[in-house]
Amino acid sequence: MKSAILQTATRYLLPILLLFSFFLLLRGHYYPGGGFVGGLVASIAFVLHSFANGTENTMKILRYKPLSLIPIGLAISTLSVVAPLLFGLPPMTGLWFEEPIPVIGMIGSALFFDLGVYLVVIGVVLTILFTIALEQ
Amino acid sequence: MIDNHILAPIFVQLFTAIAQLMFWRKTLTQRFLSVGGSIISLLVAIRLFSRVQSDGILTMNAANWDAPFGIVFVADTLSVTLVLLTSLAGVAVSIFSSVSLSRQRMLYGYFPIFHFLIMGLYGAFLTGDIFNLYVYFEVIIISSFVLMTLGGRKAQLEGAVKYMAMNILASMFFLTGIGILYGITGSLNMADLALKIQSVQNKTLVGITSCFFIIGFGIKSAVFPLYYWLPSSYHTPPSAVAATFGGLLTKVGIYAMIRVLSLIFIPDDFTKTLLMVIAVLTIVTGAFGALIKSNVRRLFSYLIVCHIGFMVGGIAMFTKVALMGTVFYLIHDIMVKTNMFLIAGLIRQLRGTLDMEKLGGLYRDYPKISLLVAIVLFSLVGIPPLSGFWPKIFLFQNAFSQQQYFFAGALLFGSFITLFVIAKMWSQVFWKNPPQEELIDDRFAPMPPYKKLLMVLPIAFLGAITLYIGLNAEAIVNVTDEISNQLIDNSSYIEAVLGDKTN
Repeated sequence: MKSAILQTATRYLLPILLLFSFFLLLRGHYYPGGGFVGGLVASIAFVLHSFANGTENTMKILRYKPLSLIPIGLAISTLSVVAPLLFGLPPMTGLWFEEPIPVIGMIGSALFFDLGVYLVVIGVVLTILFTIALEQ
Repeated sequence: MIDNHILAPIFVQLFTAIAQLMFWRKTLTQRFLSVGGSIISLLVAIRLFSRVQSDGILTMNAANWDAPFGIVFVADTLSVTLVLLTSLAGVAVSIFSSVSLSRQRMLYGYFPIFHFLIMGLYGAFLTGDIFNLYVYFEVIIISSFVLMTLGGRKAQLEGAVKYMAMNILASMFFLTGIGILYGITGSLNMADLALKIQSVQNKTLVGITSCFFIIGFGIKSAVFPLYYWLPSSYHTPPSAVAATFGGLLTKVGIYAMIRVLSLIFIPDDFTKTLLMVIAVLTIVTGAFGALIKSNVRRLFSYLIVCHIGFMVGGIAMFTKVALMGTVFYLIHDIMVKTNMFLIAGLIRQLRGTLDMEKLGGLYRDYPKISLLVAIVLFSLVGIPPLSGFWPKIFLFQNAFSQQQYFFAGALLFGSFITLFVIAKMWSQVFWKNPPQEELIDDRFAPMPPYKKLLMVLPIAFLGAITLYIGLNAEAIVNVTDEISNQLIDNSSYIEAVLGDKTN
């Protein structure tokens, strides 16, 4: 399916959707959003790109296989779960930096957990969809 | 006592799995990581076990939320014993699978999933929150679906569909039970539930809820009449996978049953009678099933069902001695059943088939291996002084003192049938001359010596542990004594979780 309208629209939508997914990821701690939804939106951005330009081209702009995102995401999440042990606290306790960081706001270990979830969701969704798309 | 490190075995398994995912398709690295990770988690489990022995029940409040509001992890003697046994079985299966599995299965991620499965088992044993227990059950069954279907042969998929359908049904019952329980008490923490359930006025509702739990755990631990998924699915995956399933998965159901019945739904007369009827029928049907099977792994599958009945019967009597018997049998059963399926894998490697009609002559060709196998088989049957003998003493003694003559009879019947089928299997597989000498497909002899060693080593390792359990029964009896004290009088558990807030 080659459609000039879809291709042109995707060129602008891809960065916007990725930015939106990142916005969802960051606001997730106190408001609706978070790593899971953010990851889904980010993978939809790539799925849209693959509809417009074909799966091979999307894999080219990703450079790495989406499968490799899964262990990285899992590792980030697990490290943020285990990190409080170093401070003598039970696993999963939220650790927070003292000072807020401009734009992002307060940063804590929960954000890294969400970041891991975000990467795992992108990795899983894209792996499944690309596998199905390339089988045909 | 609060100890933030009781989840260490879970994290070791999780990091092992993640590291293996990073080395996707590098099967040699994955094998080393798997064996290394299993050994480290065994060491961690031994440390946890000795800490609980010296300091009593340990707890951990996840994310620093106090009980009963947050999720609590509790390491009491029963939990850490099972964690230790799982680690021992994990080491053996991980060594065995690194030499016996085909490279094709490893490429599709056998090892990471195996470690996720072990992680789920640890989690189920250590959690003190009933919903968290459900979540770990899900981790276990999702991993086991993948392990069961990996390879995708037709027979495997057929077994997996039965397995999956029944286990999803079990989860549904379990989850419904949790929902009702939360509705009537407003808590999910097991220690908190134990206190709150006593003040519920509507005892009928509590009874119905307990039935939901018994059905859910009953399907998982394969009791009559919900057992049929087990023999029709456990013979399909490779033996290394079947060893984990046969040794550990049904026992999680038994563990959950013990935990829930000892804390929340203290069995009344109706529950006891119900469980006793189930236990007797499970033993009888499992024994009859084992009698007519000619495939080695199907026979072992029916023996699992038969022996689950012994443990359910012990729970049904719910006295201190009966629980000692149940827990001792659980300890013995995990080690022996895991080993039995590893042996089935070895027989398949030696002869290329598991059909008893076509097998034979193993004692003639491999006398040393046969001797090793004989020790394990004797333990399973319960020849004194090996490990299967001791728990049966407790169960018999209690069956007579409680006048449960049906159970005593079933126990006797089950033991004799086990003896009979194992003797039949021994003579068919090891003593008899193979019917067609030229058809023997020996894939063991051409293997390099280190691979042969690695294939027999796990069986010898588990066999040595079985011997230790049998010959040093006093130590095991002391542990089971402590466990059943904690189970009968659950105040120490509740106090460890909730602190002084009980008053």
